[in-house]
Parts: sequence; C-alpha cells; structure tokens
Amino acid sequence: MANDVWVYIEHKDGAIAPMSFELLGIGKQLADGFGSSVSAFVIGDKVDDLAKEAGAYGAAKVYAVEGDVFKTFRGEAYAKAAAFLLDKYKPEIALFRATVMGTDVAAAAAAQLGFGLCTDTIGLAVDGGKAKMTRAAFGGNYTVSVVNEKAAPQIATVRPKAFAMPEKDASKSAEVVKESFALADADLSTQVVEFIKSATSVNLVEADIIVSGGRGLGNEGGFEIVKQLADLLGGAVGASRAAVDSEWIPYEHQVGQTGKTVKPKIYIACGISGAIQHLAGMRTSDCIVAINKDPDAPIFKAATFGIVGDYKEVVPKMIEKFKSKLGR
Amino acid sequence: MKIAVCLKQVPDTEAEIKWDIPKGALSRDGMDSITNPFDEFALEEALLTKENYDGEIVAISMGPEGAKDVLRNALALTVDQVALCTDDAFAGSDTYSTASVLAAAIKKVGDVDVVFTGKQSTDGNTGVVGAELAAILGFSPLTQVSKVRSIDAAGKKIVVERAVEGGTEVVEAKLPAVVSVIKGINEPRLPNLMGIRKASKIDIPQWSAGDLGVDAGKVGVAGASTKVVEIAVPPPRGAGEILKGELEEIANTITDKLIDLKVIK
Repeated sequence: MANDVWVYIEHKDGAIAPMSFELLGIGKQLADGFGSSVSAFVIGDKVDDLAKEAGAYGAAKVYAVEGDVFKTFRGEAYAKAAAFLLDKYKPEIALFRATVMGTDVAAAAAAQLGFGLCTDTIGLAVDGGKAKMTRAAFGGNYTVSVVNEKAAPQIATVRPKAFAMPEKDASKSAEVVKESFALADADLSTQVVEFIKSATSVNLVEADIIVSGGRGLGNEGGFEIVKQLADLLGGAVGASRAAVDSEWIPYEHQVGQTGKTVKPKIYIACGISGAIQHLAGMRTSDCIVAINKDPDAPIFKAATFGIVGDYKEVVPKMIEKFKSKLGR
Repeated sequence: MKIAVCLKQVPDTEAEIKWDIPKGALSRDGMDSITNPFDEFALEEALLTKENYDGEIVAISMGPEGAKDVLRNALALTVDQVALCTDDAFAGSDTYSTASVLAAAIKKVGDVDVVFTGKQSTDGNTGVVGAELAAILGFSPLTQVSKVRSIDAAGKKIVVERAVEGGTEVVEAKLPAVVSVIKGINEPRLPNLMGIRKASKIDIPQWSAGDLGVDAGKVGVAGASTKVVEIAVPPPRGAGEILKGELEEIANTITDKLIDLKVIK
C-alpha cells in the first residue's frame, strides 16, 4: 500500500492563517488516488493550535517537532527537522507551498535527503500509482508533467492558490504524533537578528485582488491612481518589469518571468502591454481586466474583460463607481 | 577571500522558445543565449565583494560547450578564474544533480568563503539550486538576498538582508555561505572592449564528471528522480470581451461584473 501524502504546515512564528492549510485539499485528493491518508507535518516552538487546526482542515494525523530553537522561522533549522521527519516516515509525496518560507525548507530538506524536488507545481495527480506533477516552463508557454520514477519519496512545492482551499470542519480532529528532534543554536550557522516589516504590507502572492501598472502609466505618479484602486478593493499593487526598471516602483512589486508569479481572483492591468514575460507571471489569474490605450496590445488576448482607453480616465471612473456601489 | 559565482546560460528571455515536443527537449536551433539575468546580479555582487574586501573570484558554469560564452563574459568583467563543468552525462540533470555537480566544482576549487548565485534561472525557473547547493556543501544557506551588509572573512561571518514574505529579514551567518541574490541588489556593469578582447584569448578549462569525481550514473537523465511524461501547450485563455460604449457605461459594467465575482470584501 502506498504511504501517506504529507502536507507541510507553513506558518510564520506560530501564527495561524488559513493559507497554512491550503494544501490539505489537494493532499486529500492525492491520498484518495493512492488509497492512503493525508497527514500534516509541522515544526515550531508550540504547535498544538496549528495541529488542531490541521485536523479541522482534514489531516488524519499530524507529525510534529517542537523546540525553542524553532520559535522564530529559520529555513535552516526547519529544514533539518523536516528532513528528520521525512526520512523517518518516508511519505509517498510531501507538499510544501512554493513561497519563500516553504521553498527554503523544501529545497534544503530535499538536498539533505537526496529526494527529488518538483517546484512551483500547478497540477497534481496519481498516474499508474505514481505521483504526476505538472509545472509551467519557459514563462508559462509550456507545461511539463513529470512522474517520480524512484522508490524514494518525492517533494513538491506547489504554487499558492493553484488548488482550492479545503473545507474546515471544527468537529474533525487529527491524531498528533510528536517526535523529539534535538537541535541547538550551536548546530546552526544562521541567525535572524532583525525583521523589518514592509511598509507595503500586502503580499502579492497571497493577494486575491491585484491592480498592476506598466509603462503605459507614463510616470511614477501613475501608481498613485493604481494604488487608490488597490486600496479601495483591499488588493495589492503589482507592476510590470518596464515600470520597475523605470524605477517608478520597487522590485518587490514586479509580476512576471523575472518577478513574482501570481494567481489572484482579480487582476487589473493598467497600461500594461502584455509582453509574454509579464503574462508568464499572471496568466492563470481567475479574472483579468486589461485597460490600455492601444487596442492591439497583446494583453487583450489574455484578458477576461478589456477596456480600450486611457487609464487616467478609466480608473478614476471605476473608483467612483466602486465607491458608490460598495458604499465606501 | 575566495569568492565563487555560479552562472547559467539560458535562452534569451526575449526569444521565442520552441520545444521539440516529441523529443521532450528544448529546440535550440537559431536561438540566442544569454547569461541568466539573475546571475548577472550574482556576478556583480561577486565583483563588488572583491573590490570591497579583496580576494579572488572563480566563475563556474555547468552546461554544454556553448556555455563558455557566459564564462567569457565573466572573464571580460575581470573574474580571476573560470571553469565549465561539461559532460554528456550532465545532460538532463534535475536540480539536485545540478547542485551536486556545482558542489563538486566548488570543492575542487577549494577554500571558498562565499558562493554567489542568482535566485533562479529564467528557463528552469526552479529557484532551488542555491539552497540545495548550500545543503550539499554544508554552507550557510542565504536565499532571496536583497543586500549584503558586511562580510568578515577573518571572523568567518556575513550579514545579509533577505526579502521574505511581509518584509526584510536581517540574517547573520557563518562563512562559508551560499548567497542567492535577487534582482535589484546592484546594477550589473557591462564589460569594456579591452576586457572582451583579453577574454577572447583565454582558454576555458573544462571539468568532466571524472575530473569532478562525480558518479556519472547519479547525474543527468540517469540520476533524475523524475521522468518527463508530457509536454503540452497550456490551453489559451478564452477570447475576452472588449467592453464598448461610453466611459460611464463601461465603468458601470466592469464594476458590476467585478462585484458579482464576490471577491471584493
């Protein structure tokens, strides 16, 4: 019988966020395909609340490593503990979120154990009793599907929002298996000495709504209008490479092949022509609205709704309508 | 201080990519190749480190013979030494095999204090080779680095800033370390004519699996943990709807449609 499917519970210093449990949904589907169960694994200084929540989101078992050394997230330390658990239990496949935190843990654990690693996975299935993983390649122009050929477990990082959130059922609970894994500060070579919270607190990768600006904004000031709409809708501000290279907005906002890959429910592109490098980073968004003066801009081919016009007129008008309709 | 930098040759990001779908390989015919854009930041950071702290730079690439071009470019920018890891056995390597080969090369160079890599390549896009390299070598893993604050080679210490979810993390780490840098950490310089001319005359050493002591059966296609079963072109997005009419009407329609999605809270 196949081993369990494992889902890594990502968290920032113990904080519980629904996103931490996102992969339990697809994890359960895979486990059904394998005829096994979905389990969660979590590392932290106190994990009881996270483990309880993982049970409510569908984990049959939760494997945990606890210790003071895990109080603050540190990829190096978490990866050592994750590798210990993965090596001991050898799940069929272990899923991590393809975030900075998730990738740090997954990559170091995979390398330590010599396990295969598929990154930024957007499709997962069981094919002939094996895990089949699909990822985008070359700027999303192709998808490549691979299967694990080795007896060793597979590790995959999964693009945030690629799969639906599982339903939460507070009446369900998981069996918690706590493993002791001794790790001291002296065993580690990195230390987080400070955390500087970003002024722009919205995280592009997690955002449900993104309003983005490109070269067509004309100047730095264009982002004020973009930001107004984003703020009004509770969304994040994105940008094309052209806007970042013009130094109108910092790199952390860049969406595309050399920036972030995002999959919001609504993506509003203002003054973005839609080069393939930009489309690579946002083409899987649920609903894309394109606003551009040029009716031939390639962005319109990817858009759910296109508006041919000057963003300086269209966006303020949209803001006005949203304000009155949403009562804001 | 001994500085290593890993450089990958990738298809030009402006080029149209063609896969030979039946073969499951990239069709490189007539395609321009460039240094992976993220690696240009790694190379510049290596050059800045050398200028600020003194030391020597070794640039390493893994790839087919044509990848010599990226090393020649690095030589033109005055790196001290280069090596191309190239062997038919390396073709089709996954991230772990790639990191293993690079790790073997860095061990062969010896006494490296800091390794710079780009945060990811623009072709494979995996973004994990730096972290895997650190794990294999037992070096401090420093990914997503947006700034190197200080390096103390004698005290074996490095302080960097990392761009992580929700902010910036300041991390102090022991040397040796693998530092994977993000775009914007610096402004990569261009080589000058004299540098290019000098570089064109330098012989580029090639290291095979045997030279590196790498088991050819554990890298490349033979060593990959996964097998490609399908390459496909994702379905195009359905043709969108262009909203027509007066601005007032368009704004009314689009806001209604977006509100109907029940995403706006």
